[in-house]
Amino acid sequence: MNGAEILLEALEQEEVEDIFGYPGAVLLALLDALLRSKIRHILVRHEQGAIHAADGYARVSSKTGVCLATSGPGATNLVTGIANAYMDSIPVVILTGQVSTDLLGTDSFQEADITGITIPITKHSYIVKDARELPRIVKEAFFIARTGRPGPVLIDLPKDILNQIVTKAASSKMTLKSYKVFGKGNIGQIEEFAKSIAKSTRPVIYAGGGIVTAGATKPLRALVEKCNIPVVTTLMGLGCIPSDHPNFLGMAGMHGTVSANYALDDCDLLIALGVRFDDRVTSGLGHKFATKAKIVHIDIDPAEIGKVVRANIPIVGDVHMVLEELVSRLTLPKVSEWWEQIHAWQRDFPLRYEQDGRLSPQIILGCIAEIARDDAIIVTDVGQHQMWVAQCYPITYPRQLVTSGGLGTMGFGLPAAVGAQIAKPGKNVVLITGDGSIQMTIQELATIAQHRLPVKIVLMNNGVLGLVRQWQKMFYEERFSEIQLHANPDFVKVAEAYGIKGMRVTTAQEVKPCLTEAMNHPGPVLIDFVISPDEVVLPMVVPGNAITDMLGR
Amino acid sequence: MLHTLAVLVENHPGVLMRVVGLFARRAYNIDSLSVCQTENPGISRMTIVVSGDDQIIEQVSKQLYKLVVVHKVTDLTNETIVDRELALVRVKVNAETRMEVLQTVNVFRGRVVDMGRSNVTVEITGDGEKIDAFVRSMRPYGLLELVRTGTIAILRSDN
Ligand SMILES: Cc1ncc(C[n+]2csc(CCOP(=O)(O)OP(=O)(O)O)c2C)c(N)n1
Repeated sequence: MNGAEILLEALEQEEVEDIFGYPGAVLLALLDALLRSKIRHILVRHEQGAIHAADGYARVSSKTGVCLATSGPGATNLVTGIANAYMDSIPVVILTGQVSTDLLGTDSFQEADITGITIPITKHSYIVKDARELPRIVKEAFFIARTGRPGPVLIDLPKDILNQIVTKAASSKMTLKSYKVFGKGNIGQIEEFAKSIAKSTRPVIYAGGGIVTAGATKPLRALVEKCNIPVVTTLMGLGCIPSDHPNFLGMAGMHGTVSANYALDDCDLLIALGVRFDDRVTSGLGHKFATKAKIVHIDIDPAEIGKVVRANIPIVGDVHMVLEELVSRLTLPKVSEWWEQIHAWQRDFPLRYEQDGRLSPQIILGCIAEIARDDAIIVTDVGQHQMWVAQCYPITYPRQLVTSGGLGTMGFGLPAAVGAQIAKPGKNVVLITGDGSIQMTIQELATIAQHRLPVKIVLMNNGVLGLVRQWQKMFYEERFSEIQLHANPDFVKVAEAYGIKGMRVTTAQEVKPCLTEAMNHPGPVLIDFVISPDEVVLPMVVPGNAITDMLGR
Repeated sequence: MLHTLAVLVENHPGVLMRVVGLFARRAYNIDSLSVCQTENPGISRMTIVVSGDDQIIEQVSKQLYKLVVVHKVTDLTNETIVDRELALVRVKVNAETRMEVLQTVNVFRGRVVDMGRSNVTVEITGDGEKIDAFVRSMRPYGLLELVRTGTIAILRSDN
C-alpha cells in the first residue's frame, strides 16, 4: 500500500463519506487512490469553496467536515475558510498536499509553509514525515477536531509520503499525552449555580453556539421552562430555543432586540452558556456589561472564562453535562415582576418594519418561512441580509441556521450551502445572500450545477455593499464611498449560464408565486430579488456605546 | 509586573513557534526565554519571563494550555523558587585595569574562562539582578560582548 491508500483507509475508519477538494500535482497519488475508495470527492471550483463547504457540512450534520487542497496556492486559498471555522469552533480536518520532504524549506515549486501560516487559526496541525504515522495522525486529528471546543485541524501531506510504499501495518494508537477534554463541571460550583438561581429575581440566560455544539437543547429547555427564565441568544446560538418560544427574547447585541439587550443590562443573574462575550454582543464594553448581575459562566474552554468579563461562578465543563446536573437541583426563582418588566419592553419596543407594499427584505423572508418546509436549512452570507435573517426568520431547532458568526466572512454562503445540501440531501436548503457576498465565491454555482444540488438561492440584490453603506449613512453623513456595485452582472443570466434556473422579482406581489415555483422546482434556482439600497437593519447599538443605547428603538 | 512561567512542552520541531506566537498576538514582549530538554527527553522545559498584568498572564497561560503540545504551565511568580541565569561577558582590559577587573570578578564569584591580550571573558551565574549589577560594574572598562541565557527557575523543595 502507498501512503495515499493508508490515508484513505484511515479516513474511512473515521467514517468519512465526503471530501470537498480541488486537485494539484502533489496530490496525484491520492487522486488516483480516490478512484478505488468508497469516499466521495466533491470537486469545487476554488479551495475557499472546499473549506466553507466542509464547514457547512459539519455545521448541519455535527460530523467532522473534510477538505483537500494541493500545496502552495491551493493551501493558501484555504486560509480564510480555516479562520472562519476556527472562530466558530467548527470541526474540520484539512488535508493539504505538500512538496516532497527533501524539498521542504527550499522555496521549491508550489511550496508554502501552510502549517506555519495557520498556527493561529488551527486547533492543531501535523506535517506527516512517515506514511506509517498516518493512521495515528488521522485518528488524533479527528479526535482533536471534534472533542472539547471543536476546531479545524490541518494535516500537511508531502508528496513522497503519499507515494511511500508501506508493507508493515501501522498502529493507529493515539499518543496524545497532554490533550485534555473537560466533561463534568465541578459539583460544588453547580450547587452554587443552583442557589444563585433560587435567590435571583431577574435572571436571564445568554446562550450561544456552545449549546448547539454540546447538543444541550434539552436540558436548556428544562431549565428555562422549569424556572421560567427568559433567554437571549447570540447569532451562533439561534435555534437552541425555538424562536416562537414564549421565553425567547431574541438575539442580543448590535442588531439584537431591545428587550434582549435591556434584559442583559438589567438582570441580577446572568447565566452565560457556551458564549464568549463577543464584542458584537457586549459592544466591546466587557466592564460595563450586566453590571448589576452575578455572572455564571459555563464553557468547555477554560480560556474563555474571565477573558472578557469576570465570572462570579465559573464552571469549566460540557454545558450539556453541567445543565443535566443542575436541572435536578433547581429551586424556582420568583420572576413574575421581572416578566412584567420584560413584557413591557417587548410591547414598547417590538421589532418593527415599515410596511408600505414595497418589496422589503422582511416580506421576502416571511414568505420563505411560509413556503419552505419548517425544517428548511437556512444558510446566509454576511451583511444586512444576514442580520435580517437573524432578526426575523423563524429558526426553530439547532443547526438549522448556517452563518458565519465570528469571522463574518462574505462568500461563505454559497459554498456552505453546497456542504449543507451534500450532508442533508433530503432537506430544503435555502441560501440567503447579497450581491456583494455571492460574487466572492460565485464560481461555486458550477459545483451546484455539477452535483445537481437543489439549493434555492435567494439573492437580496440592492446593488450596493449594504451593511457598509448603512454605516456610512448613519455615521458618515451619507458620504458614500466605494460601496456601489455598478457593474453587477445580470444574475439571472449568470445562473442560466451555469444551467441553473434563474428568476427575478421586483415587486412584493411576485414574491409568493415566484418562491412557490422555485421551491417546487426539483433543481437549483437563483432568484434575484431587487430591493432598495436604502433598507436598513434596525435597531442598532451605536458602536462603542452601551448595549441599551439603541438607534431605531 | 514580571512573571516567570515554566512551560513543559513536547520536544518537537515547530513547538516554539506555537508558544511564542501566543505572546506575540497580544503584543507581549518576552523578556527572556530559555528552552532545553528535561530529564525526560520527549519533553522540553521553557522558562519564559514576560511582563504583563496578572489577568492577562492568566489568560495567556490558559491559551498556552490549549495547545496540544503543551503539557503544563506553572506561573512561578509568587512561588519560592531558585532562579539562575548564566552570562558570558567580554571586557576590555589593559595593564592598568586588568587587576581591578579581576578583583571585581572575584567579588561577584565570576570565573575567567578566556583571556586575550586586551580583553577577558568572564562566566557569571546568579539571579538577574546580580548579573545586571556585574554588567554595570564592567561597563566603565568597556563592554565588548555580552551573552545572557535568560532566566531558568525551579521551585524550592518543600522540606
Ligand atoms: C470577505 C469580507 N470582506 C469584507 C467584509 C466587510 N463587509 C461586511 S458586510 C459587507 C457588505 C455586504 O454586502 P452584500 O453581500 O451585498 O450584503 P448586504 O449588506 O447588501 O445585504 C462588507 C463589505 C466582510 N465581512 N467580508
